[in-house]
Amino acid sequence: MKILVNEIAQEIASGSLVSDAARLYKNNADLFIRNGFPCGKDVRLEDGDRLVLIKKGDMPKREELEHLLMARHTPGVHERLKNATVGIAGCGGLGSTAAVSLARAGIGKLIIADFDVVEPSNLNRQQYFVEHIGQPKVAALKEIIQKANPFAEVECHQVRITPDNVAQLFKTADVIVEAFDLADQKMMLAEAVQKQMPDKPLVIGNGMAGYGDNNLLKTRRVGNIHICGDEISEAGPGMGLMAPRVGMAACMEANQALEILLGPDPRIREFIEQDKRNNLNIDKTKEERC
Amino acid sequence: MLKVNGQDHPWHPGLTVSALLQEKNYIFHAIIVRVNDKHIPNEEYDSTVINDGDDVQAIHLISGG
Repeated sequence: MKILVNEIAQEIASGSLVSDAARLYKNNADLFIRNGFPCGKDVRLEDGDRLVLIKKGDMPKREELEHLLMARHTPGVHERLKNATVGIAGCGGLGSTAAVSLARAGIGKLIIADFDVVEPSNLNRQQYFVEHIGQPKVAALKEIIQKANPFAEVECHQVRITPDNVAQLFKTADVIVEAFDLADQKMMLAEAVQKQMPDKPLVIGNGMAGYGDNNLLKTRRVGNIHICGDEISEAGPGMGLMAPRVGMAACMEANQALEILLGPDPRIREFIEQDKRNNLNIDKTKEERC
Repeated sequence: MLKVNGQDHPWHPGLTVSALLQEKNYIFHAIIVRVNDKHIPNEEYDSTVINDGDDVQAIHLISGG
């Protein structure tokens, strides 16, 4: 039968176990991931399986690193994300977190744009480190992204985003993630994208100041605009922004971008159906889907 | 009758986007309007007339990020 071992097609005897494959292809492996999920070495392999063999602590060669990074993905997902481009408008609390999350998920190319430099008050919620203070955010973010996933292409633009350059900056993006701080800027981008690129999906972060109230954050879709946040908690004097809640909104934006690129996750649909059949009364289906 | 953010709102002839936003007391300065899923640019709020039965979405954008 044919299986993929560390992304290389191999022919192995029917009925082989994971341990048989490890003996043949990576004798010292101590972590076995079959079809995106860790397994024991006594598991029997099936035709078409995708097996990743890892020796914990070993630094892999660059050419084998990429598929090891993506070993926990559902098979087939990485290939689609690898060909996708996401634009990130603003590299603050929303943008830095969404970009790192998307890079870890395996997005092939990120276009990041921000005019600003890292300053100390950014560190309460943005992905930067003390050592980045004074550096352009786009340069610091590219460094962080490529430490996590060196295979993500990052195109940096240290510019102020305006209606005059937005189409040029993001014309090759499959999805744009709005990641500004100020409402005026969010509106500028939403107006410009809808006027100049009406078919381009735009994900907006809207309302995530303060802490707690996890369940107020939600996602809804209006035309090509996907809105993530509670839509009520506005940042301003006396109302601060903190890493957990801004990070939630940022990861909701990143997650929505994945759903736009891949379509709704069919396995989650199956789990919802299964849950209904099992009558566990964990009703996740009342919420309207976006 | 029209729908504004999913809720019924009375319609009258000549109703513009600007007038509707006033009636709804949507005084936020950062707002995106879509009528029947079509974007209405900011500068066309005064001249865009809403028809009976239209579906209006007004998204309030708020600061934070």
